[in-house]
Amino acid sequence: MGLESSKWIIMFLVCWLYKNVNSSSVAQKIYVEVNDTVPCVRLLNATHQIGCQSSISGDTGVIHVLESEDDLEWPLSKGPNPPYVVLLELSLFTRSIMMKMKESSSRVAGVTVVVPNANPAEFSPHTTCPNDNTGVYSDTYGPDYAHCNQTVWNPLGNGLSYEDFDFPVFSLKEDNGTEVIKQCYFDHNRVVNGSAPQYPLCAMQLFSHMHAVTDTATCMRRNEVGTFSLNPEMVCDALGDFNVWASIRPYNSSDLGHKDNESVVIAAARLDSRAFFWDVSTGAEGSISGFVTLLAAAQALRQVTEEAPPTHNILFAFFQGEAFDYIGSSRMVYDMENGKFVINLDNVHSILEVGQVALRNGTDLYLHSDPVSRMNNSINDKVKRLVINLQSSTKGVNFSLVEPRFSQPLPPSSLQRFLRAQRIPGIVLADHETSFNNKRYESYYDNANNLNLTYPSNLTTEEQLVFVTDTAKALAEVATVVARALYKQAGGNESQVDNITADPKTVTQMLYGFLVQTNNSWFQARVSPELKNQLKSSPPEFYVGVASSSKPKTLTHLVQYLLANLTGAATNLSQSQCQKPDELPGESKQMYSYLWVQGMIPPNSTEAESFCVRASVQLSPAMSPAFDLGEYNSKIYSTWTESRWKFIKARIFLVASRDLEMLTLGVGVAVLFTSLLMTYFISTKADVLFSSAREPASAAY
Amino acid sequence: MTASVFFGCTFIAFGPAISLFLFTIARDPLRVIFLIAGAFFWLCSLLLSSLVWFITVQISNKESSSQQKGLLIFGVVLSVLLQETFRFGYYKLLKKANEGLLMLSAEETMPISIQQLAYVSGLGFGFMSGAFSVVNILADSVGPGTIGIHGDSQHYFLSSAFMTMAIVLLHMFWGVVFFDACEKRLWWSLAVVVSSHLLVSCLTFQNPQYVGSLVPTYVIMFLMGLWAFFCAGGSLRNLKFCLTCKDKDFLLAHHRPR
Repeated sequence: MGLESSKWIIMFLVCWLYKNVNSSSVAQKIYVEVNDTVPCVRLLNATHQIGCQSSISGDTGVIHVLESEDDLEWPLSKGPNPPYVVLLELSLFTRSIMMKMKESSSRVAGVTVVVPNANPAEFSPHTTCPNDNTGVYSDTYGPDYAHCNQTVWNPLGNGLSYEDFDFPVFSLKEDNGTEVIKQCYFDHNRVVNGSAPQYPLCAMQLFSHMHAVTDTATCMRRNEVGTFSLNPEMVCDALGDFNVWASIRPYNSSDLGHKDNESVVIAAARLDSRAFFWDVSTGAEGSISGFVTLLAAAQALRQVTEEAPPTHNILFAFFQGEAFDYIGSSRMVYDMENGKFVINLDNVHSILEVGQVALRNGTDLYLHSDPVSRMNNSINDKVKRLVINLQSSTKGVNFSLVEPRFSQPLPPSSLQRFLRAQRIPGIVLADHETSFNNKRYESYYDNANNLNLTYPSNLTTEEQLVFVTDTAKALAEVATVVARALYKQAGGNESQVDNITADPKTVTQMLYGFLVQTNNSWFQARVSPELKNQLKSSPPEFYVGVASSSKPKTLTHLVQYLLANLTGAATNLSQSQCQKPDELPGESKQMYSYLWVQGMIPPNSTEAESFCVRASVQLSPAMSPAFDLGEYNSKIYSTWTESRWKFIKARIFLVASRDLEMLTLGVGVAVLFTSLLMTYFISTKADVLFSSAREPASAAY
Repeated sequence: MTASVFFGCTFIAFGPAISLFLFTIARDPLRVIFLIAGAFFWLCSLLLSSLVWFITVQISNKESSSQQKGLLIFGVVLSVLLQETFRFGYYKLLKKANEGLLMLSAEETMPISIQQLAYVSGLGFGFMSGAFSVVNILADSVGPGTIGIHGDSQHYFLSSAFMTMAIVLLHMFWGVVFFDACEKRLWWSLAVVVSSHLLVSCLTFQNPQYVGSLVPTYVIMFLMGLWAFFCAGGSLRNLKFCLTCKDKDFLLAHHRPR
């Protein structure tokens, strides 16, 4: 065997051995990793930081399971082994308990919240007055309505999402891992008859160190400083994504700015939502009810607008990032003001926004409008005409549309950002007259249960997908009304109005996809092959997340493809033609977007029949103008950023008492000194001690 | 557990070894070289025995725990036998090297005697063996946690450190006795060394009953220490001289320099 081949054999052997080596078994005896934790992360804006963080080497504390609010005395003052990591049930995750822990945060190393599977009766960590400073009401515009002076929209909100905690807060699911933690507490940390528990105690260490501090301007400045080095270390990223919009008559995407004689009716809804913990939000009532209704209305309008096109154009807009000071809508308004969008603000005829519409208590839906702009007579007349168009579209549905009984500001909605720029007549459709009917606004529990969405128990997934629930029927009725009203508002032919109905089957399939799992056959047939691989067996994430210049979030992508399928037309183009349609006569990439979708799988084969959809659906950036302008202290635009972090994990282990540790150190030092002394003594007397060996004669060398 | 436990256990495990190195070996470069070479020989023996054990584990039935335990015992016995074989090999190598050194050096006498080589090589074996026993454990003792969440004994770190100290000193004593036995062709001494090594290694199977493994190990260590003392040329008379500070008179009487 030559040297070359033996070298290869040795290398192969070493690699194979390395692959089979386990991690340290001593560490496995000490630590138990906690899987499936969701942290609360740090977000920053122009003036504050909110959220939670740990120190850079993790925060360690003795576990204490909190039983009631009075039990809080133990970790905060009476307990002899601070700091503590407090384990809470969700029912104890209240503002008063968290604020008390925030005050004595030297004794609290961290908090873990055990999140049950069942919905609590009410829980909203958002503020009572959402998006207070970036709406239209301020000290100069409708001061009586500003800061929720008249109507508190989210009275159940405890504002925890907007507090700044300097200890980590993690959430755990109610499963076996959490049982292990509680068992460790019961075995080692229990207080028996008021006496302190004996060492060793069960402790937990939480890692969630956040890199950004103070506010957005600081972290952006540190980002820029970092770019000078070879390895740029960014500390924070702006929040943002893409808005999805489509219009009945397409616009040329390279022809931006004001268009003469163009008057557009905008139909708007929001896409995103948030929760206290990072990236686990599900905005069932808060967002899904609105945009699913609008998608169904867009589908309902397709046929009639082809046969009898209305006078004005209708533009469907789905805004991302609205939970964070209206990122999407403020960006679209900014683009319209500065000629960077296909139309300008003067081209906007009126706006109809679909807000939270799924929790109708009685038989009424409410039409909210802005009282300050209605003090102007012409705006008032236009709003009244929109109200009449809406109210006359309720033929055949079992609810009516009413305005609130007293003069009231607009609820938090994208319409407020349009009003900031220009007085435009607009209506927000909602199921609440004053405060929200949504008892779990912007929380993890705004999910299918919040909408009372139930399926009969013995259905397969395919059967569940097409089962028309009551919620779907109700939303389909709302979509019918919205579609008819939009058609009338856009000057359509009156005789055609009663033919417009939304399809409950579409609505129920969309609800299933957005609330139960995205990986279903209806979605799979309508998305591109790449997007199909991202579909999971759970709902999509509704948190807007960090802006990426090229890839929209899964939710935005899904809405884009669904809107394209529901309002666009299938074509005969092949896949390569779909990517380069300009070569064909009659197709234009500037007017339409061409999307290659997976298509249905015919019953006798396994290959899907993919095809090219042509639709006027476009994505527009939803990044706050503050970041393009460099005004990180802006009070006008959203300045929300999310901090970066290295890793997030949690683990539990036992800790020994300080006395035992010091004893070990003492014994070690004593052994060292003793051996030094003895060795010195022996080495200096070595000649004498070992002299018997130096006899002449023997010893071979 | 924390830094204090880490330092405490390090000092316990390597305290005697470090002090021996500092006072007796560090000044003489030749001794340092032989120490490192001895450590390397032990490392080779470990590599060989772990290779054999690893291959047998891979081809065995991983589910059966009794088979794994049997394989572990086999691995330990094999490792002990290989270590002693390499110690013998090192002895042979040193004998050959001695002749070469004598030829090269300008002086007439040996720069280093075979007893000193025995001591140095034993200590080298001890250093490396101790390092492999305990460094992994020390690395995990720095973190905030201590052993026990799965029900193991809390005294793991301390007893590992004491065991390592015993092993280091034992290797040194075994080296002295072994080389002396090879010099004087006393094969039964050799057998006793090998069997005491086997005994100490097999005692560790008593863990986690640490008392059962540590106390006999320390007893064996003291006995081996006495034996090594006598092999190296010590005697009770010399010890008495040193302790009663009559060593100066002794040296003068025998015209020996200090």
